Amino acid sequence: MELLLVASIGFLYAAGVYLILKRSMVRLLLGIVLLGNGTNLLIFLLGTITKGKPPVIEPNLKVLADIYSDPVPQALILTAIVISFGLTSFAIVLLKRVYALIDTDDLDDLNTPEEEDI
Amino acid sequence: MLIVVLLGLIVSLLLAAFGRHIRPGWWIFLAAAPLALSAWFVGQLPAVAGGETLLENTRWVPSLGLDLSFRLDGLSLLFGLLITVIGTLIFVYASSYLKGHPYIGRFYGYLSLFMASMLGVVLSDNLLLLFVFWELTSLSSFFLIGFNNDQADSRKSALTALCLTGLGGFFLLVGLVLMGRIAGTYSIQELIASAGLIKDHPSYPVIIALIFIGAFTKSAQFPFHFWLPDAMKAPTPVSAYLHSATMVKAGVFLLLRFTPLLGGTPGWSYTLLLVGGFTMMYAGGHALFRTDLKSVLAYSTIAVLGVLTFLIGLGTREALIAACTFVIVHALYKATLFLTTGIIDHETGTRDLTQLSGLRTVLMPVFIAGLLAALSSAGVPLFFGFIGKDLIYEATLHAGEEFRLYLTVAAVFANICLVAAGFMAGIKPFTGRLVPQFKQVHLPEWSMWIPPLVLALLCLVFGLFPGSIGKLIVSPSLAAVSVAGEPVHLKIWHGFNPVLLLSGATLAAGTVLYLLNSASANKMAFVGRFEVVSPQSLFNRGWRQLMRFSSLYTGILHNGFLRSYLVRIIIFAELLLAFELFKAGPLSVDFDSLAPITIYEAMNVLLLVGALFLVVKASSRLTAVVGMSVVGFAICLMFVFYGAPDLAMTQFTIDTLTVVLFAFVLFNLPPFLKFPTRNKAIITRDAVVALVFGGILSMIAIKVLQVPTSKEVSKFYGENAYLLAKGKNVVNVILVDFRGFDTMFEIVVLGIAALGVYSLIKLRLKPSERE
Repeated sequence: MELLLVASIGFLYAAGVYLILKRSMVRLLLGIVLLGNGTNLLIFLLGTITKGKPPVIEPNLKVLADIYSDPVPQALILTAIVISFGLTSFAIVLLKRVYALIDTDDLDDLNTPEEEDI
Repeated sequence: MLIVVLLGLIVSLLLAAFGRHIRPGWWIFLAAAPLALSAWFVGQLPAVAGGETLLENTRWVPSLGLDLSFRLDGLSLLFGLLITVIGTLIFVYASSYLKGHPYIGRFYGYLSLFMASMLGVVLSDNLLLLFVFWELTSLSSFFLIGFNNDQADSRKSALTALCLTGLGGFFLLVGLVLMGRIAGTYSIQELIASAGLIKDHPSYPVIIALIFIGAFTKSAQFPFHFWLPDAMKAPTPVSAYLHSATMVKAGVFLLLRFTPLLGGTPGWSYTLLLVGGFTMMYAGGHALFRTDLKSVLAYSTIAVLGVLTFLIGLGTREALIAACTFVIVHALYKATLFLTTGIIDHETGTRDLTQLSGLRTVLMPVFIAGLLAALSSAGVPLFFGFIGKDLIYEATLHAGEEFRLYLTVAAVFANICLVAAGFMAGIKPFTGRLVPQFKQVHLPEWSMWIPPLVLALLCLVFGLFPGSIGKLIVSPSLAAVSVAGEPVHLKIWHGFNPVLLLSGATLAAGTVLYLLNSASANKMAFVGRFEVVSPQSLFNRGWRQLMRFSSLYTGILHNGFLRSYLVRIIIFAELLLAFELFKAGPLSVDFDSLAPITIYEAMNVLLLVGALFLVVKASSRLTAVVGMSVVGFAICLMFVFYGAPDLAMTQFTIDTLTVVLFAFVLFNLPPFLKFPTRNKAIITRDAVVALVFGGILSMIAIKVLQVPTSKEVSKFYGENAYLLAKGKNVVNVILVDFRGFDTMFEIVVLGIAALGVYSLIKLRLKPSERE
């Protein structure tokens, strides 16, 4: 099953990279989101994955028995998901603003060619 | 001593703050600062002549070996006196030279800064500290050369000088650090004590090469000499002070300072003899072809610096005595000549030798100063220059048997040129008939003509009492640069010997050369023909190529397209990662250790890939966003399968919110823009780059599976979640308890993002922004 995750990570990264190389700002943003998802999965894979055993201590026990999912990557990913939402949401409204100003979502139109001063 | 070095710096800082409140006539009182310093140095004379050295050490950056350690020995005292005494006169002189100039405060600020840094160079006993002050002199020289910053060529000259001396400084730093690493100390005294260690080290040739580049650029030795004539764009007091009497001698000072440490080897001697010898003849010859007074002086200064380098290369006791003496000789007469030139320029408005004549009738005291300085420079008996010249010849004549002749011939040739150049600058403008256009010329204020006269008289006084100069200044300097021996006895009269003969011949030949060599524009043109192969034009050509290269390079690397930056970054990352993967060895998968694949998991991944395909290929924004949300939900499902319910919940919420926000914004945007179909090749390139990146990341993921991970941290949390934090959901406990601060700041970040989102949505376009 890990191999499926490996393949998913590869596809997510490939799609993310492909999208950030595009001219459209919306696609750039989607690419960033996909890259973030790929990274989350990679971190997830770092802790050995265990099926169906959430890291929750049994009601009658005081410590976690040994074959549970690794809680540390999960804590990291949780933080990452939330922070990337902050980033994405801000980028989305920024996109809207840029669009309102220059009436396009073409990255190339953001360039203001400067006079050569050398 | 710290205060001695810092005084100039303090003055310059005070000027920066209060300079504009100083009344025009009051600038002359700033000369009190160098005057006080020179009094201090004079006060140290008896002690230092008695063989004492003053030491002062303050910790600064001990971890770098950089201490504020200062040391006053004979050599420092000699240079310190030059810097402060000439500095005093320059400060007085400039007060009327630049009278009424709007930026006179700035000028004095730079000048004080320079004085402080130059004193720092000569007093430092720490290599790194010396370097700091060394660079400060370059910087203040840059500002002073470019003082008339409304003139393009002035700015360019300043930049050239900074480039060359800065470049030299860079090499110097490497050399100094190398020495410090080898000997394990940056203190010059300790280094000298362990000189053998450095001389025997395999990197010794590299070290002296680096030090030489530093010294040669600063002291304008061929082929780095050309910044100095250019630097004559500076106001004349600056040329007199920095570019003749003091700063350019910093290189010579450095060589003298390092003579006991690095000197005496064939590599040291031959390089200095060759470079110095060539420079003195080349520049001496050049000086004769110039028609601009300051140009003549600049080239003769380079020639003198060549002579000094040459003498240090010779390295015998006599040569070092000659070098120390000649430093004083030259500083006195050359500063005088620059100052008289400044007066001529100031009063007549020209420095052209072909036009100037007969000024003695209108500028009598200036003429006296110029005449005395010229006679000293020519080495006429009773002047200090005579003694300097004698010592030079004595040194060359007593050199090793096989080179004696060549060295003497070279020295005589350079000196003949110097005699003629001195006459051109000190006498030529004053002789002949007074041209009508200069009839109105009158003597400037006393503060302008007194300084050169004082210096010129010093040339004579020193020449009349060489014994005490020898005892008080030259002997201690010599003790600092070589093994202490007999005290030096400078004498007016050496008796009839070959040295006197050579001196007389030099004087005669120089005078004849001066009389024959009339300044004319033709000769300038003649020299101009060789301009193409001069180091200067080579430098300029190199400069232009560098500019072209950097603009090309900027054009390619900084072209303004985000994607081209990204492509480069990604390809670089790919190469790096691929290299690391290759190094880490072959990939292998242990299928037994992997969990079996169930049908629903496979379906989920298929869903994910399909959605990704949709996102990439979608021609409408909405489709793409929907695809992205499907991707998010597929990942959410994976979290559910592998025991991460918290992640699944978070992912689900966030994904939904993102889609909502997207839809909310996209609602306002028109349908997806179809950009004109892009180049097929670029699309292929992007696809290849992306797939390679994905592939590499997959391989890294497989590699991760191979490596057993340490579970220490997880185990700690698993065992302590309930016991310490009373929570049974370990992930939650980590977030809100063990790593509670992280989470708090995360909330702060989100809050800031939310504020940003809110205000951007609320913000209306200003009328000016609406096109």
